[in-house]
Formats: sequence, C-alpha cells, structure tokens
Amino acid sequence: MGLLDYLLPPRQGDDAGFGSSDLARYRRIWQSTVILTLVVALLPLCIMTGLNYYLFRKNLRSEIRYDISRDLTNTAGSLEFIIQERLGALTLLIHENSRQNLVSPGRLNEAFDNLRLAFGGFVDLGVVDTDGKQSHYVGPYNLQGDNYADQDWFREVTVRGVFVSDVFLGHRQFPHFVIAVKRDQGSEGFYILRATVDMALLNRQVALPDPGPLDDVFVVNHDGILQTTSRSHGELLQPAMVTVPPFSPRPQVIDHSTERGAGHVLGYAYIENTPFILMIMKAPFDVGREWLRSRAELIAFLVLSALGISGVVLWSAGALVRQIMAADAQKARVMHNAEYTNKMATIGRLAASVAHEINNPLAIINEKAGLLGDIASAETTMPHRERITAGVESILKSVERCSAVTHRLLGFTKRMETRQEKIALTEVVDEVLGFLGKEADHRNVTIFRDYAQDLSPITCDRGQLQQILLNIINNAFSAVSDGGRIEINVRRNKPGEQAVGIRDDGPGIAAKNLPHIFEPFFSTKGQFGTGLGLSITYGLVQKLGGRIEVESALGAGACFTVFLPEQGRREEA
Amino acid sequence: MDRAKVLIIDDEEELVTTLLERMQMRGLPAEGVLNGKDGLHRLAEGGFDVVVLDLMIPGFSGQQVLQTIREKFPAVRVLLITGHGADPESEAHLQPGAGDILLKPFRIETMIEKIADLRKNRSLPDSEADQGKLT
Repeated sequence: MGLLDYLLPPRQGDDAGFGSSDLARYRRIWQSTVILTLVVALLPLCIMTGLNYYLFRKNLRSEIRYDISRDLTNTAGSLEFIIQERLGALTLLIHENSRQNLVSPGRLNEAFDNLRLAFGGFVDLGVVDTDGKQSHYVGPYNLQGDNYADQDWFREVTVRGVFVSDVFLGHRQFPHFVIAVKRDQGSEGFYILRATVDMALLNRQVALPDPGPLDDVFVVNHDGILQTTSRSHGELLQPAMVTVPPFSPRPQVIDHSTERGAGHVLGYAYIENTPFILMIMKAPFDVGREWLRSRAELIAFLVLSALGISGVVLWSAGALVRQIMAADAQKARVMHNAEYTNKMATIGRLAASVAHEINNPLAIINEKAGLLGDIASAETTMPHRERITAGVESILKSVERCSAVTHRLLGFTKRMETRQEKIALTEVVDEVLGFLGKEADHRNVTIFRDYAQDLSPITCDRGQLQQILLNIINNAFSAVSDGGRIEINVRRNKPGEQAVGIRDDGPGIAAKNLPHIFEPFFSTKGQFGTGLGLSITYGLVQKLGGRIEVESALGAGACFTVFLPEQGRREEA
Repeated sequence: MDRAKVLIIDDEEELVTTLLERMQMRGLPAEGVLNGKDGLHRLAEGGFDVVVLDLMIPGFSGQQVLQTIREKFPAVRVLLITGHGADPESEAHLQPGAGDILLKPFRIETMIEKIADLRKNRSLPDSEADQGKLT
C-alpha cells in the first residue's frame, strides 16, 4: 500500500470479500466524510482569508486615496501658484507703467528680460490695443501688427480683465499658452499686456514623487484635450482617454474604471481662473509591490493550509472507512462461522434422528434374517438351505454396514466426554504416521515432517486427536498418487494455540466443493466414501475447542490445518 | 435354574416376537411386552432376573422404567438397547443403574453373551431379589 493509497478512497482489493455494491457504499461513506469535513474545515478558512483580503484592499485603497488627495493638493497648488505668479507679474507691469512708458523704446524689451529673469517660462510679450492690434512685441517671432480683434481670448480678456488660454501650437509651432491682463484707461479705452508661456513650465510641475508603473498625472482642458504630456492617456493636444469630470471647486478623489484597468482611483482638481484640470490616476492593485507580496503570501497561506487540511481529512477519512471495512469484514467472518456452526449442528441433529429411525427397522431386519438363518440351520433337509444361509449372511453383513454408517452419523453430534491430558502434538502425529507407515512404504509416498522446536505439550484428548489426524492423513494418502509427497508441520500458531498442517500434492479440491467438504454425506470419492469422515473430523475438532481450515485449488494440492488450544477446551458456562 | 429368565420391553412388536422366537430356539426362557407399564406389571409377578429394555418406548420412558426397576427390583439386572447411540461405553455411563448397553442392530449372540455376563456378575443374593419383588 503506497502513501498515495492512504489518501484515496477504498478500492477493490483493499479487503477481500467485498462486492462492488459494498465497495460503492464504502466509497459513498468516504466521499460524504471527506466533503463534509472539508467544507467544515475549509469554509471558515476561506471566509477569513476573503475577509482579510477585502479589508486589506479597502485599507490600501483608502491609503491611495489619501496619497492622491495629498499629491493633488500639492500639485494643483503649485500649478495655480506659477500661473497666478505670472499673471501677477503682468498685472504689476501693466499697472506700474503707463502705455506710453511701456511702449517707449527699450522699455518693453527691458520688462521682458526682467520677467524672464525673475520668473522664467516667458516666450514673448506684446501690447495689444483696444482695436485688437498688437502694437508692440518682444520675442523670437515677428508678430508685431497682428490683429486679435476677432479671437475668443481677446473678447474674454476684454470682459474679464484677465485670461489664461488652453495650450496650443499656434504660429510658433511649439506647445504654449497665453496669459493676458487688461488695463482700462478711461476715455482712452484700454490696452492689454499679452504674454506666451512655454508649456514645459506646466510639465515640470505636473509630476508625481514616486509613481507606480500604471500611475499617471496630466492636465486636460475643459474639452478633455491633453495640455501636458501623459504617460498612458494619450498624445499632447489630443483628446485624453478619460472623460472630463464634473466641476468642483475643491480637489476630488473618485473611483474610476477605464477599459484598460478596473479599480483605478482618479483625483482631479479644477485650477482656478484657468481652463486646466489636473488629473492624477493611480492603480492600487498594480502599484503596491507591498500589496502584491501580501496577496501572494495570503494565497500561499491559503493554499498550504488547504493542502494540509485536505491531506489530514483524506487520510483520516480513509483510515475511518478502512476501519469500518475491517470491522464489517470481521463481523461477516464471525457471522459466517456462526452460521456454519449452526448449519453443521442442524445437519447433525437431522442426521442423528434419521440414523435413529433407521436403526430400529435395521434391528428388525437383522432379527428376521437371523431367524431365517436359525431355521435354516435347524432344518437340515431344507431345500436350497445353502443358498438361504448365504443370503442370510449377506443380509446380516449389509445390516452391519448400514449400522456402521448410522453409528458414525450419531457419533458426529454425540457429546462424548473428553479425557483431558497433557500430550505432545508431535508425538501423536508420529503415532498416527506409525499406523500408516506400511502404506507409505508400499506406495512410495514421501512424508516430510517439519516440527517446530520446543513446543510445550497441550491439553487434549489423545484418542480423539488420533482419530482427527488419522482421518486427515488418511485422506491425504487417498489424494496423492503413488510416489507423491505429504508434508506435515507442527507449529505454534499464536500464543496459546498450536497447529498441525497436513499438505498433500494431490489433485486438490475444486473451489465450488470447498465450502461443503465438512458437511455430512458430501463426498467426491463416489461409491468409495460415506461422506462422513471430514464431518466427523470437524465435529471432533470443535469438541476439542479447536478449529479446522482448508486451503486448496484444483491442481495445487490441499492443505488441512487443525488449530488446537494449548490449554484444552474452555468449558462454557 | 442356571439360565436367566429374560423380560424384553420394546415397542417394536416384530423385533420382540422375533427375538423371543430365536431365544426359545436357543433354549432361553423369555417373555416380551410392548410398553413400560406392562413390563413393570410382569416384573411384579416375579420370576425374571434380567430385563432387556429399549430406552425409547412410548408412555413410560426407558429411563423411568429403569429407575423404577432400580428402586423396586434391585436384584433385576438391566440390559439397555437403543437405536440412538454411537459409543457403548459412554452410553452406559450416562444411564446409571443399567448393567450394560447394546446398540441396535445387534447380533443375538452378543445379546445372549451380555445377558449371561450380567447374571454371572449378580452381586445380590436371590433372597434380596425376592424381597424386592414382594415390595
């Protein structure tokens, strides 16, 4: 039986003598035991692990929400600050200087250089008048004289006094945005200070301190067009792969699912006075290396526990079912023995009553025939006297034969008193072999004796033991052919029990006959046997408190073993 | 009087008549009855020293008859015959008070021998047996 067999349901051959329906029943017991125990053991484990997983995930998620919220506040603050700073600079400039002063030769250049020096990011600077015409310009392009009167930004700055544009490429062919402030001059109308700021300034601010592989941070405008570069949500100045969230005056963190990854957490903030929306996206379950490790540990723990529990459950279910099987087999054997003993006793009683009923008419036949014989011997002149005398003698002989049978039958069940004495088994075997020695020589049968050493004498009835052994050994002689072999071994079978085994190399006993060989009148010797020998032997062995067993197969000889208690028959109360 | 007078008690009429006939042919005085009650009546009339008794008879059973003989006619020897037995020694042992036992069927010569033996081994004097008869 291999190790694996201890974990599998019982199979054919685990214990001989079980039918397939029995086996199916044991397998069902095994299955229900395994399933029930596994459910009871594994269900709480799974629930606990699931709960643990859920709580951990929730915890991690709220941690990430907190992270995003913090990054969002910081980054939005910086963005707002750098834009407000530049707007503030332009406002200061426009209110510090009158238009005449500002457009005086060299002043705009100087202001532009100072702006670049103090704040950075400025690309060019221009003055736009009430009619929308850029009257003065400092910068790398030749834009002096351009008219913006019909452009949206011009109209807006006219109305609101301050303006921040989307990022665009424009004439300049690189991403930038425009900021502008207006100064009213009463009756003289107004003029506007317009500056272009490099998009790189935004890009520098829009970054996460410790981004995970799927994290992203970017800025979109109110139409969802990307204003900064994005790692994974589209190209600059193209629509971002994210829907524009509804306006909120304060930073918001929401759960966000995209086609590419469920469970992202999205944080966004509308930057005040600008068309910009800052977005931070984090994927909690991919990010956390810690999370991944924890999840692996959790799963490993679950799998190992489940394996361990399953192993124990399978092993104990197997052991349980095998014990039940063994107990059932034991019960079946005991029941079978009891049935067999009962059957033998019934047959014995029946045989005895039949024998008794036959003995009375036999006695009459005996006497009538005897009378005929008496008459015949008295009447010397009787015709056919010789033949009558011979007939009478034949009848008397037949009656004797009949009575021999009936007396043996009666002996089969009779409770004879046994004389208990200490005798050595080997001695009795030798005595019996002594009776048969001549036949062995005559037929050239080899008798092989294998006696265990130091066997203590047993308490038994010598005469009955002789009869038992004589019967069996005689049968062995009948079974073997001339030149055959008979093995006799005497041994201690277990503490308190000795055994005599008689093995012959004869033709053996057919399997279908084996269960019946101890029954009275069962004979395979045809007209040569009464069929009583082994049944009487069986009865005698039982009387001595022992038992007899036979092993045989056609063509493989037969082995009869008589087991005898060392302390003699125990008297039952 | 050196031959015993024998009473046979057995319910098998054929057996009893045949046995009586064969004993007569051998010059043995004998009578037969078919049940225990008649047997005890005949014994009370006297003149028998050996009873051949079947253990299995209707009415008064063999054992009861045996016991009554032991009590009332202690001088009378009893030879039991039975169709129900295998070991003569142990059967005799089981029936205290019986002188001997024979298993059916038996040879008449054996029976005659046993009757002779029983009579020879009688330990009680005739007078006591006669007294027993009178009680």
